[in-house]
Amino acid sequence: MKDGTYIQQPNRGLQVYAIVFLIVLYLPVLFIPLFSFNDSIYVRFPMQGFTFNWYVDLWTRDTVWAALKNSLTVGLWVSVISTGLGGVAARAITRYRMPGQSAIITLAMLPLIVPGVIFGVALLVLVSRLGIPLSLYTVGFGHLIICLPFAIATLLPRFEGFDRSMEEASADLGETGWWTFWRVTFPMVAPGIVASLLLTFTISFDEFIMTFFLSGTDTTLPIYIWTQLRFPREFPAVLALSTIILALSFVMVFVALWVGRLGVVSDQVQATIEGN
Amino acid sequence: MVSVADTEPIARGRFARWFRRSEAAQGYALMSPALLVLIIGIAVPLIILVVMSMWTRDGFGFDMTPTIANYQRAATEPIFGTLLTRSFFVSGLATFFTVLLCYPMAYYVAFHVHRNKMLWIVLMTLPFWTSYLLRVFAWRVILGYEGVINSAFLSVGWIEAPLEFLLYSQTAVIITLAHAWAAFAILPLYVSLEKIDKSLLEAATDLGDGPFKRFMRITLPLSMPGVISACFLIFIPTTGDYITPALLGGPDGVMIGNLIQLQFGPVNNWPMGSALSIVLMAWIAALALVFLFLTRKAKDHLA
Repeated sequence: MKDGTYIQQPNRGLQVYAIVFLIVLYLPVLFIPLFSFNDSIYVRFPMQGFTFNWYVDLWTRDTVWAALKNSLTVGLWVSVISTGLGGVAARAITRYRMPGQSAIITLAMLPLIVPGVIFGVALLVLVSRLGIPLSLYTVGFGHLIICLPFAIATLLPRFEGFDRSMEEASADLGETGWWTFWRVTFPMVAPGIVASLLLTFTISFDEFIMTFFLSGTDTTLPIYIWTQLRFPREFPAVLALSTIILALSFVMVFVALWVGRLGVVSDQVQATIEGN
Repeated sequence: MVSVADTEPIARGRFARWFRRSEAAQGYALMSPALLVLIIGIAVPLIILVVMSMWTRDGFGFDMTPTIANYQRAATEPIFGTLLTRSFFVSGLATFFTVLLCYPMAYYVAFHVHRNKMLWIVLMTLPFWTSYLLRVFAWRVILGYEGVINSAFLSVGWIEAPLEFLLYSQTAVIITLAHAWAAFAILPLYVSLEKIDKSLLEAATDLGDGPFKRFMRITLPLSMPGVISACFLIFIPTTGDYITPALLGGPDGVMIGNLIQLQFGPVNNWPMGSALSIVLMAWIAALALVFLFLTRKAKDHLA
């Protein structure tokens, strides 16, 4: 065969399948923005006409603004703390040989596998036994548990591909520990840190089940949406709010995946499952 | 006489030297903040959950005498067994369809995409990172009584009345789960397919295998570790899913996760809810062991 192998030959059937697959993957979510501009409280065809009213309506709701502020506050704190904790964990795992290392990784990855309901109720039982009132702090702690495995999985490959001789060279040339960290270590792992910050923020921003169990009177946007779903009248406003959230998440995650080259996350998850 | 002041620097020096030499101690010191969060946030709550599952409800408080009454109820009362079986059935079917539908996609990207592979992977996994709640909500918009499908079919004239089986059914839950968890199947499948040594396929062709035989004898067996992890990654978390059955399941689609939430919410029987969580965890652990065993088997078989 001329150019390498038959594998190179295009397969029309598969190509069509792949395109249909991508369309089906994205189509359901696209109905949300589509109907958010529909001038009717019913989500059905035929559509009634174009309107921005549902967005204007959202703008005037204090509860939405309060929920947004809570979501942003929790998301920012959780992303910074989980990335920091994930960073030290990833550094320790790659830099030192420690007994029990794989057990720790398995423990950290548990929230990826175990249904969220179980961690939600387990933390609820813990805080209520300790007499801690439900608040945004308990929500944030719940989010931290969910975000930590993602932070570690994003950062581990960065630290693994890290050439230690660079740090040694820096130390030999007379840099202090802090300067070495700031001028050598940090720039090398920075893409991983940016990706981790963006991803953990998005996960916290979208998190529902932990918040559902752990929030008090202050709620986040997903919980606001959940409570509004009971009222058919509120459906278009929910669609508008969902559109904004989806648009934000798509942009942030696209940047994160691109910066962090996240294909490697699955390797990490798989390695964990297989106990390596 | 040796004063305390004299011995202290020596002791400290010894500790410092030991600390500097022991890699494990340094590693643990570095990761101690993360470890602390993992212990307080994961290990301790799970232990307390086990303890509480052996209590009983007593008015508005708890009777803390250890008993296995909750587990006996979980084993004997039909509702618990039914919901557990249904959860495994529903997420089992969802897992099967997800892996079946994602395999060709992963195969296509692993073998037939040569440029912009990364873009394809990002495109396939992007929706997974967006709000799970909203992706499930989207299906409610589509499958609803007056939703996208029903209203579109009605206006075209394909159906006379809305199809009622679409929303609030196990079918709706299975479709939604399969769609929402696709990324969890694609990534492991892609990784295992990508690892396959292409020269093996060439060898098979040179020795006279057609495309079908080549796939059955080489590609499929070599990608089994990916298939097994994909099943694991979808089946385990979906068995305890709360959002999808709550939004789309209706009475026939209620699953074990919803029952656990009920015990902590309206029913207000926390010990029973804890016992159900532990039962679910035990099943998950048992299944995880089976998956691990299968993975090892598949690997040994390949080696």
